Amino acid sequence: MLIDWFPLWLSLEVATAATLISVALGLAIAWLLANRDFPGKNLVDAITTLPLALPPTVLGYYLLVVIGRSSWIGRAWEAVTGSPLVFTWRAAVIASTLHAIPLVIKSSRAALESVDLACERAARSLGASEWRLFWRVSLPLASRPIAAATVLAFARSLGDFGATLMIAGDIPGRTQTAAIAIFDAVESGNTLTARVLVIVISILTAAVVLLANRLERKRVAH
Amino acid sequence: MLQAAITKRFPAGAESAGFTLNVEFEARPGVTALYGPSGSGKTLTLDTIAGFIAPDSGRILLNDRILFDSGAQVHLPPRDRQCGYVFQNHALFPHMTVRNNLAFAASRLPRLERHRRIAELLDRFRIADLAGRAPHELSGGQKQRASIARSLIAKPQVLLLDEPANGLDATLRADLHSLIREIRQSLAIPILLVTHNPEECFALADQVLIYDGGVIMHRAAPLELLRNPGTVDVARLLGGFNIYDAEVIALDPGRQTSRVRLLHTEIDGPHLRGCFRGDRVALCARPEELRITARPGANRIRADLTRVTDRTQSVQADFGNELIVDTPRADWPALKESGERDGWWIELTAASLRQIARTTSPYLQK
Repeated sequence: MLIDWFPLWLSLEVATAATLISVALGLAIAWLLANRDFPGKNLVDAITTLPLALPPTVLGYYLLVVIGRSSWIGRAWEAVTGSPLVFTWRAAVIASTLHAIPLVIKSSRAALESVDLACERAARSLGASEWRLFWRVSLPLASRPIAAATVLAFARSLGDFGATLMIAGDIPGRTQTAAIAIFDAVESGNTLTARVLVIVISILTAAVVLLANRLERKRVAH
Repeated sequence: MLQAAITKRFPAGAESAGFTLNVEFEARPGVTALYGPSGSGKTLTLDTIAGFIAPDSGRILLNDRILFDSGAQVHLPPRDRQCGYVFQNHALFPHMTVRNNLAFAASRLPRLERHRRIAELLDRFRIADLAGRAPHELSGGQKQRASIARSLIAKPQVLLLDEPANGLDATLRADLHSLIREIRQSLAIPILLVTHNPEECFALADQVLIYDGGVIMHRAAPLELLRNPGTVDVARLLGGFNIYDAEVIALDPGRQTSRVRLLHTEIDGPHLRGCFRGDRVALCARPEELRITARPGANRIRADLTRVTDRTQSVQADFGNELIVDTPRADWPALKESGERDGWWIELTAASLRQIARTTSPYLQK
């Protein structure tokens, strides 16, 4: 029988989108946590760590509450775009992003905090704005650990199951990602599909982890 | 001119004692050395001037521009202060070439001037042929020059040097010193130099601020400091002074002399101010001002040689009890022979002995 490759492509697309969002948003939050003192900083730190610790279904439940059709975000989305947010591939992206972003924030914060303070001070003293300092000095110097975290974040978004199932559902051909398709295939006794998807996902993830390790090991020579 | 009055408190923590920086000074164009032991607040002073750390109170003025004023709530960000800062570890951006390091600093200059200014400084600091290299490919001295060049690109109004000679060997240190002298000549800006090497103060500074425990204990021109360190504490911090505790036996203000008992020997002393017979005073003399002889006599103290150290220009003989004598190398063999044969007598002339305050600096009581 023929294997349906749609879940794999969907997973790759969702993971790519989730990784991009995680990096953009995660870097901004990491920069704030690393460079600024503000009231509630510890709370922000805790909340951004929570998705790592919470059971995925709990996370999914919260997401349903926050972006479901009866929530104000859900209603606003529906008013603007004319279709609900939940049970679409977009919801899967949101779930994956939430799953991956703590990793990006934690690693990027550590990486930004480990940049030589003297280099940052030198840049400021030489007339650089915070924006220029970030793009020209801090980010390049922290780029390897951040790249490694990005790659791992991709692997994590590829593998999200619980939260995605809760808010994107299991609609074949629309929101069924590879992780969910494997579960489905096993449930329905479709061993061939399950095996192929498992092997492909395993190889993909192994490659990604190898890449992350390589990135982490090589540091910029000082 | 830079005028600074800075107070910054660090409360005691679980693993650290508290520290308070409380200094006030003026630095005119020329070199002002900040001398003192580690942890006395020298680098912290530079950091508050550069704007990396905000003082709790005080005022920092640079050519009548207010950089910081606690009263008026002014705290300019580092980028607007026009301070050139040379860091102890150079802080060259490791991912940029030397040229790009300089270009980074030139971004605020008019576009047309940028290239010319970078080329000019690359040339002046003899790093033009290294412009394409990454910092990790440079030697210590080259890094040093690149980092000073970078700090001068944007024409700062004050130059802050944090222990620039750290980790340089004697030749490179001499190069650095002539470089600093050249900058001093060509740019009429205040240069603050943090150092814990007294030689560096004497070689470069127009003014020396002696730091200890977060305050300036003493301030003087280097030669003045060498002649009279002022207090026992400063003499100890600078090193290179024999310091004596003497008892006043007799005073003769008319002839500006005195008699003192020092190391159990009664000798002629200098004119002593503000003391009476029987008081104890602190006196100091530099090792090159003492003389080794082989015969007893006036103002000579019997001593036993404990250690001999060869120096570059002289031989330093240590007789214990703060009797350290520097002798020109050529004179030493004859002195040694006669001393070993007939015994050692160290001569301390009244002119070489200077009265210094026994405890803390008068500046603290101000």
